[in-house]
Amino acid sequence: MADLLWLVPALPLFGFLILAPLSRRIPRSVVSVIGPGVVFLSALTLTGIAASFISLPETSRSIHQTLWSWISIGAFTPSFGFHLDALSLVMCLVVTWVGFLIHLYSVAYMADDTAFARFFAYMNLFVCAMLILLLGDNLLMLFLGWEGVGLCSYLLIGFWYADPENGAAARKAFIVTRIGDTAMTIGVLYLFTHFQTLDIQQLLARAASTWTPGAFGAVFAASMLLGGALGKSAQLPLQTWLPDAMAGPTPVSALIHAATMVTAGVYLIARTHTIFELAPDVMVAVALIGLLTMLYSGFSAMVQYDIKRVLAYSTISQIGFMFLALGVGAFSAAIFHFMTHAIFKALLFLGAGAVILSLHHEQNIFRMGGLRRELPVTFWTFLIGGAALAGFPLITAGFYSKEMILTAVYGAPRAGMLLWIGALIAAFMTAMYVTRLILIVFFGTARGPHPHAPSWPIQVTLVVLAFFALTAGFFETPPLLGGVTFFSHFTSTALPAAHHPHLSHAADLLLLGAAVFAALAGIVAGYLVFGRREPVVDPKTSLPQWSGIERFFLGGWGFDTLYAATITRPYVFLADLNRRDILDMIYTILAAGVRGLHRMTSVLQTGQLRWYTAFVTMGAVVLLAWVVLP
Amino acid sequence: MMPLSIMLILTLGGLLAWAAARFSAASARWIALAATVAGFAWSLVFWLRHSAYLPTDASPWLLELKAPWIARYGISFHLALDGMSLILIILTLFLGVLSVLTSWREITSRVGFFHFNLLWILAGIIGVFSAMDLFLFYFFWEMMLIPMYFLISIWGHENRVYAAVKFFIFTQASGLLMLASILSLYWWHGNLTGDFTFSYFAMLGTDLPPQTARWIMLGFFVAFAVKLPMVPFHTWLPDAHTEAPTAGSVILAGLLLKTGGYGLMRFVLPLFPDASREFAPLAMTLGVIGIIYGAVLALAQTDLKRLVAYTSVSHLGFVLLGVYSFTALGWHGSMMQMICHGISTGALFILVGGLYERIHTRDLRKMGGIWTLAPRMGAAAMIFAMASLGLPGMGNFVSEILVLAGSYRNSPWLTAVAALGLVLATVYSLHIVQKAFHGKTATFDHPLTDLHVREIVVMGVLTVVILWLGIFPRPVIRLVNPAVMSIQSIYPEGTAGVSVHTPGGPLS
Amino acid sequence: MASIPVHYVIGLAGLLFSIGLIGLMTRRNLLFMLICIEIMLNSAGLAFIGAGSVWNQSDGQVMFLFILAVAAAEVAVGLALLLLYFRQYRTLDIDRASQMRG
Repeated sequence: MADLLWLVPALPLFGFLILAPLSRRIPRSVVSVIGPGVVFLSALTLTGIAASFISLPETSRSIHQTLWSWISIGAFTPSFGFHLDALSLVMCLVVTWVGFLIHLYSVAYMADDTAFARFFAYMNLFVCAMLILLLGDNLLMLFLGWEGVGLCSYLLIGFWYADPENGAAARKAFIVTRIGDTAMTIGVLYLFTHFQTLDIQQLLARAASTWTPGAFGAVFAASMLLGGALGKSAQLPLQTWLPDAMAGPTPVSALIHAATMVTAGVYLIARTHTIFELAPDVMVAVALIGLLTMLYSGFSAMVQYDIKRVLAYSTISQIGFMFLALGVGAFSAAIFHFMTHAIFKALLFLGAGAVILSLHHEQNIFRMGGLRRELPVTFWTFLIGGAALAGFPLITAGFYSKEMILTAVYGAPRAGMLLWIGALIAAFMTAMYVTRLILIVFFGTARGPHPHAPSWPIQVTLVVLAFFALTAGFFETPPLLGGVTFFSHFTSTALPAAHHPHLSHAADLLLLGAAVFAALAGIVAGYLVFGRREPVVDPKTSLPQWSGIERFFLGGWGFDTLYAATITRPYVFLADLNRRDILDMIYTILAAGVRGLHRMTSVLQTGQLRWYTAFVTMGAVVLLAWVVLP
Repeated sequence: MMPLSIMLILTLGGLLAWAAARFSAASARWIALAATVAGFAWSLVFWLRHSAYLPTDASPWLLELKAPWIARYGISFHLALDGMSLILIILTLFLGVLSVLTSWREITSRVGFFHFNLLWILAGIIGVFSAMDLFLFYFFWEMMLIPMYFLISIWGHENRVYAAVKFFIFTQASGLLMLASILSLYWWHGNLTGDFTFSYFAMLGTDLPPQTARWIMLGFFVAFAVKLPMVPFHTWLPDAHTEAPTAGSVILAGLLLKTGGYGLMRFVLPLFPDASREFAPLAMTLGVIGIIYGAVLALAQTDLKRLVAYTSVSHLGFVLLGVYSFTALGWHGSMMQMICHGISTGALFILVGGLYERIHTRDLRKMGGIWTLAPRMGAAAMIFAMASLGLPGMGNFVSEILVLAGSYRNSPWLTAVAALGLVLATVYSLHIVQKAFHGKTATFDHPLTDLHVREIVVMGVLTVVILWLGIFPRPVIRLVNPAVMSIQSIYPEGTAGVSVHTPGGPLS
Repeated sequence: MASIPVHYVIGLAGLLFSIGLIGLMTRRNLLFMLICIEIMLNSAGLAFIGAGSVWNQSDGQVMFLFILAVAAAEVAVGLALLLLYFRQYRTLDIDRASQMRG
C-alpha cells in the first residue's frame, strides 16, 4: 500500500489533465464525477496508506518514495521524492478529505457557472500541488508545491476574470506571497550552500549536529524561511492579500484561503522545526508576530460588513494562533489547531457560501438577518462552526485545540505570561466577532430577499463538517478533562513534544478556567454589544455609519494605503518614468553627435565644381609650400 | 559529419526555396519546412545515438571535422561538437521549424527571399555553435548577421529600418572589436609559440601577459555582451525584437542572444581564465542590474512585443550571472536558461505575433478579456507567462534556481538582489495576463479567432518541451555536463578570486 | 641649337598653367573649362620637355606623348559629357549642376 504514495498527488493531477484541455468538450455530469472523484480516490488511497503507516513501529514511522531524480549536479540532487511522516500524514488527510467535501459542495455551488470544468481543473491542480508541498522530501519539491498552490490560488481568486477587481486581487495575492517566497528562496539557497543537500531530513540532521542554539546561520536561515511562511500564511506584515482574496468563489475561499494553503507557512515551520529551535530569537519573533496578527485581525474582523471578509480576518487570526503555538515550541498543538481549524473554518465558509447562494450572491451581512428560520440546516451547522471558532467550552473542537495552545503558551520559557494574556484577549475578541456575525446574519429581522434552500450536496457537506467540528477535538484533551494525548502522541514521531511544565492542579484549573472564561465572556460581550438591537444602517447602501477608528479597522489598519504609497506607486511611477529607457539616450546622443558632424562637414560639399577646383588648388599650394619651404 | 551536412541542407534549401518561389510561394514554404525538419530530425537522432555513450570524463567532444582552408595563415575549416554545442544546435533547428511554421500566413511578400534569409541565418548560427577555428567563427558570426538585417528591414513592422540599422551597427561594431581581439590573440599566440594559427584548441592555455589578456578578453566580452544583451548594451534589442516579423523575433530572442552566452562559455572563460576571474565581480553585477532593469522596464511598456523583449534582458541577466559564478551549478543554470528562455520567449513572441495577425495592434491598452474570445490562446499565454516568472515545474525555474544556487556561494548579496528579480518577473508576467487576457472584453476592429490547428500544435509542442525541461531536465544536464566539467577543469581552484563580499560577511 | 634658358621654359609653363587654372576656376562655361584643362595639360607637357632637354633625357618627351594621349582621351570624354550636359540642362553653365551637394 505504501508504494501507492505517488498516486495521492497524481490522482488530482490526472483530474486536472483530463479537465483542463477538454474543459469545453466534457459534459457537466462527467465533470461533476471526475472533479470530486479523483480527490475522493486520492483520499481513499491516503487513508489506506495511513492504515499501513500506523502499523509501522514507532521508531521508524515514515514512508519514503522516490520517483525519479529531478536534477543531479554535484550535491544539488533533488529528486521527485515523497516523504510521509506523522506530520505530513495528518495534514494530507485533512487536505484530501476536507478537499473532497469542498469539491462535492462545489458541484452544487458552481452548478450555474459557465466555466464549470475549468473550476474543477484548477481545484484538482490545487489539491495536487498542496499534496506535493506536504509530501515533498526535499526543499525544491516543497517549493514546487509551494508555488503550485500559489498559482492555483491566483487562478481561482481571479476565476471570474472579467471583473478587473478580481484580477487585481489575484495579482496582489500572487505578488505579495511571492515577496515572501523570495526570502524563502534565499533561505533555501543558504541552507543548500551550507549543508550541500536539499533533502529535508538530512538537512535537519546536519543542522542539529552543526549549529549550536543561537548560531548566526540558524537565525538567518530561520528568518528567511519565516519570510516565506509569513507571505503564504498571511501574517503581519504580508497579510494584506488574504481579505482581497475573497474575490474568488466561496469554495475556493474555504479550501485554499482557510483550510489548506494558508496554513502552508505553519507546515513549513513545523517541517523545519529543528532550524527554528536552534534560533530562539526567531521563535520569539514567530510567537510575537502570531500574537500581533491575532490582535490586528480581531479588531478588523469586528467591523467588516462582507460575510467572507469577516471569515478571512478570522482565518488570519487563527493562523496567528498557530504561529503563536509554533513560536513557543508547541508544534503538535499548532498542527492540532490546524486540523480543527481546517474543519470548522471550511464549515463556516461553506455555510457562508450557502447563505450567499441562497440570497443570490449577496455578501453584505446587513442585507441578511433572521435566516435561522428559513435556512435551519445552514443555521445550525454555521452555529456549530462559529462555536468552534469561538472556542465554546467542552463540546467544540476549537475549544480543545485552543486550550492546548494556551497551556503551551503559559508554560513558554520566554515571555510566556505576556503572550498568554495576549492570546486570551485575542480569543475573547474572536468569540465576540463570531457572535456578532451570527447575530446579524441569522437573528433579528430579515433585511434581504427571500432565500431559497440550498441543494442536498451542500447540506450533506455542512452536516458532515459540523459533526467533525464537534468531535475532532477529542483526540487531545486537557488533564482535567480526561487527559487524552492521542494526537500529540501520534505526531511525536515527527515533531518534538512541547515543553510540558509540571503544573500544579491549581494551575491546570486556572488555565482551563481562563480558556472557558475568554470564550464565554466573548460571546456574552458580543451579545451585549451587537445583539440587543437591530444594526443601524443606511437604507440605500445597507452600510452602517463608521466612526474614524472603525473605518481604520475596516480598511485593515491602513496597510494597503501604506504599501501603495511606499512601494507600489513609487515603483510603477519610476518604471513609467523610464518607459523609453534612459540608457538608450547614450546611443541617441551618440547618433545625434555623428549626425551633427555630418551636417558640419557636408556644408563643404557645395556641389559646385569650381569650388572643388579652388579647394584642390589651395590644397596643392599648401602641400607644395610645406614641401618646398624649409 | 552532422553540423556540416545540416548547414549544407539549410543553405541549399534556402537557395532552392528562393528559386522555387518564382513558381509558387507555397513550394518555398514547404521546401523551407522540409529543410528545417530534416535538420532537426537529424540532430535529434544524433543526440539519441550518442546519449547512450556520452563521454563521461575523457574528452567532451562528440565529433570533429578539420580541413585546411587558408593554410598560409593557419586558418582551417574546423568544426567540432560537444554537448553544449549540440543542445544549442538542436534548439536552433527546433525553433527554426517553428519559425517556418509561424511565418506560414504572416509572410506574404517575397516569400522565397524570406525563407532564403531564414535558412541562412540558421545555418550561420549552427556554424557559430560548432566552429572551433576563430577565423571561421568570425565568418559565421557575420554570416548570421546580414540575413537577419534583411529579415528585419524588409518584413518588419512600421519602424523597421531604424531597428534594423540599429541592430546592424551594434552587432557590427562589437563584432569588429571581437575581430581585433581575435587578430591580436593570433599574433600574440604566434609570437609566443611560433605557431601562427586560429585554432581554438591551440590557443587554449596561451600564456598571455595579464594586461594584454585583459584587453583581448574585453574585446570578446563586449561582442558577446552586446549579443546577450547586457545592460547598458541592450538598447538595440527592444527595437529589433519589436520591429522584426514573428519569425525574426523568435530567432533573435531564441537563438541570436544565445550566441552571446555560448561565446562567453566557449571562448572567454577558457581562453582567459585569469582575466575572466578578475572581471567576474563586475560582470555579475552587470548581470544582476540587467535582471532588475529589464524587469522594471518590461512593466512600463505598452507595446506587448516590446514588453516581451525587455523580459529577455531580464532573463539573460541570469545567464551572465551564472556564467561568471564559476560554479558547475551556475554554468548548468546558464545553459538551461538559454534553452528555456529560447522556448518560453519564443512561445510568447509567437503568441504576440498571432495576436497581431488577428487584431492588428500590439498595444496593451487596447486589449482586454481576450480569454473569453480565445480561451486556448489565453491558456497558452498563461502557461508561458508562468514559465517566464519562473514557476517551478517549468524549465525556467530549474535554470534560475541553478544559477542562483551557483552564484550564492560566491556572492550572496548579488544573488539576493537577483532573487528579487523573481518578484519583478511576477509583476510583469501577471501584468501581461491581466491587461491582455483578463478583464473586460475589449472591442476589436477585427474578428478575434482562437488558435487554429497549426498554432495549437506549435503551442502544444512548446508546452510539452518547457514542462519536460522543468520536471525531467536530466537528459539535457547529462548532455551538457562533460562540456561544463571541461570548463571547470580550467578553474581547478574553483572560485577563489571571485568573492565580491568581504570574507566572513553576514551572508557568507 | 640655340638653347633657350630653362627658366624661360618653366616660367612659360607656369604662366600657362596659371592661366589655365584661373580660367578653370572662374569660367562657368563647360566648354571653356575644358579648354582651360587642355591649356594646363599642355603647360605640364611643356615643363616635361624643358626638363628633358636640360638633363638630356628622352623621358620628358615620352611623358609628353603620354600627356597628349591622355589629353585626347580626356577631350573625347569631356566633349561627350558636354553634349549630354547640354542636352540635359539646355545650357553649358556648370553651376547649374549642383545636385551632388551634401
